[in-house]
Amino acid sequence: MADVVVERGRVARAAGARKGTSLRNALGRKSTVAFFLTLPLILLIILLVLYPAFYSVYLATLNKAMTKFVGFGNFTFLFKRETFWMVVQQSCIFAITAVIFKALIGFIVAHFVHNIPAKGQRKWRGMLLVPWVIPPAMSTLAWLWLFDPSYSAFNYTLSFFGVGPIPWLGDTFWARFSVILVNVWYGAPFFMIMYLAALKSVPDQLYEAAAIDGANWWQRIWYVTLPMMRNIIAITTLFSLIVTFANFDIVRILTSGGPLDTTHLFATWAFQVGIQSNDIPLGACVSLFMVPILAVAAIFILRDVSKRGNEA
Amino acid sequence: MSRKKLTRRQFVAATAMSSAALITAPYVRGAYAAGKLSIGFWDHWVPGANKASTDLVNEWAAKEKVEVSIDYITSNNKKIELTAAAEAQAKSGHDILQMPSWWPQAYSENLEPLNDVMEPLIKQNGEVNGTVKYLGQSGGKWLAVPATPGSQIKGPCSRIDLMKKHAGIDVQEMYPAGSPPKADNWTMETFLKAAEACQKAGFAFGIGLGETTDSVDTAGAIFQSFGAELVNAKGDITVKTDSVRQAMEFYKKLIAVLPPDAPSWDDASNNKWLISGRGAMILNPPSAWAVAKRDAPQVAEQCWTHGFPAGPKGRFAPYLPYFWGVWSFGKNKEAAKSLLVHLSAPASIEKFVAVSGGYDLPAYANFTTLKTWAEEGPPKGTLYHYPNPYNHQTLSIAASPAPPKIAQQIYFQATLTKMALRFARGETMEQALAWAEGECEGFMRS
Repeated sequence: MADVVVERGRVARAAGARKGTSLRNALGRKSTVAFFLTLPLILLIILLVLYPAFYSVYLATLNKAMTKFVGFGNFTFLFKRETFWMVVQQSCIFAITAVIFKALIGFIVAHFVHNIPAKGQRKWRGMLLVPWVIPPAMSTLAWLWLFDPSYSAFNYTLSFFGVGPIPWLGDTFWARFSVILVNVWYGAPFFMIMYLAALKSVPDQLYEAAAIDGANWWQRIWYVTLPMMRNIIAITTLFSLIVTFANFDIVRILTSGGPLDTTHLFATWAFQVGIQSNDIPLGACVSLFMVPILAVAAIFILRDVSKRGNEA
Repeated sequence: MSRKKLTRRQFVAATAMSSAALITAPYVRGAYAAGKLSIGFWDHWVPGANKASTDLVNEWAAKEKVEVSIDYITSNNKKIELTAAAEAQAKSGHDILQMPSWWPQAYSENLEPLNDVMEPLIKQNGEVNGTVKYLGQSGGKWLAVPATPGSQIKGPCSRIDLMKKHAGIDVQEMYPAGSPPKADNWTMETFLKAAEACQKAGFAFGIGLGETTDSVDTAGAIFQSFGAELVNAKGDITVKTDSVRQAMEFYKKLIAVLPPDAPSWDDASNNKWLISGRGAMILNPPSAWAVAKRDAPQVAEQCWTHGFPAGPKGRFAPYLPYFWGVWSFGKNKEAAKSLLVHLSAPASIEKFVAVSGGYDLPAYANFTTLKTWAEEGPPKGTLYHYPNPYNHQTLSIAASPAPPKIAQQIYFQATLTKMALRFARGETMEQALAWAEGECEGFMRS
């Protein structure tokens, strides 16, 4: 009897010791520490991103009065609306045009900055980042004053050359031009800084080798710079595409979607339908429509990035 | 030790007495003994106007021993609408929330019925106009109490000198301070001729064609003066009617003489247009005039606020009331109702009107001739006709009389201005009407 008790106690102690050791080992592991360190962020993402995302999916399945489940009813309703397809088209025009120009301007400016001697480069980098660091709601208000119907500084300046007045925000073409212009102004510095970082990581030996082979500046860009920057270009483009598609503040402040809804994007139209017209389920549907478009873009771009990563 | 036995009869009597005492005693005296009350008020444009609300609330709170907290919420970028939407979803938030025009109807299921507050208030302050009933009542139930702060009429604010010089209209003579209007000839036709003349002279009327409320309200009053309804009170779509066609024809002529960038105007653009001295008229509450008094006094002293022109079906003026609603999930509804009665008392109403320099409009019939409107200036009497003292125009809201939940969408999607603009920009009448009809069909979702 006593033996059994001793035996049992020893077994229990051994099990306890093993448990303690394994817990200590688990806590000591780098991955566990990393998990605990990222836990606050994970919780924040669950609270502020995942929960609202799933809640909006739930909202999108309700009727307008939010009293009964209608499944995909709101989506089928949206697909029959002329304005919805106009918003889809405009969002694509806005995001693609703006991202192309941001990437192009970012690329060119990054080269200019890269060629400035290291001493003065910091000043230029700081100045060129200013549009990106000012909160867009504030800087867009300044743009609104520049485009203002009564006090437009642009029209005032153009009047000296006998041009204008241009209805910057009152005509479809100019309104689209203006919102894209402000978005490019705001977003180009982000591309510039990313491309500058990528440029700095391209080994000089490659350029030297290219120079020995007699490559001109265009061939150096095409065969050395661009291949070395491909991943960063892809990731920056994807990131910017997502942010630009989901843009709200610039259009909301400058045009509120007008004239005649011709500058609405998904987010601004979702706000107008969901909050202003009090049709929250339909508004949720409009904003969710961005997900498949961006998911397709993300899959293609990231697949390409990982393929090249594997090749490397 | 003697022990007294409590009989069943004594127990019932004691319970009934203590319950009755608890129910009938409204608030037990003592610091904050009557609980807490959380209020969300609209953040007023006029400097110092919020203080009047705070003072009135504190005065009531001290008397009733309620601990109050007030948040002033700006209407910029729809912060009030966002707050209302969030609180209605969360079933939690302020006890009283000030809401713009359409929101009591939008949240009718979440609002406490206020018939016990409104019926005595109407007896005390006089009848309310049809738009207040349309927006504030549902199935005989008062959803909210009309608030004086923020409520406004968006009538014409004309430049006396420019209208006289270029359109040959003496607005002061037409709407004399202290006397009834002599505005029989002030019709849509006269208005259009004046708009053309002023545009020719380089002082176009500043009327927006955008998607914000000023543009929509103007379109609403013009459509109503032609009897044009996109959806009628029964909820039937009535876009393809002669009255809508007439209103569209009129609007096309008007758009031709408005500033070319009017389609992009927001609610600040018309104010700037008047204050910068570039326009002979805007359709707005006297806020533009009030800013001009500070920034461009030479413009302000030439401004005169007056009634809307009449169309074939009557004279309609855009009216935008604010409301105070009490959430049904609020924690202190009785205190909230008591405060709303206090804020709607005659003395409180007079205070609101005075501190806002006449901008705020009470919804009640007995308060259209307060001395603030008679005395404000320069020029003296410029606001006399602002509160519609002779009831010579019908106060209305765009898209009414459609059922409010449909009308709200017509209003916020700016269907009226958009259809008029489409027609003016080259679409045929039938194309523009077909587009509007399609939109209205979409608004029928329940």
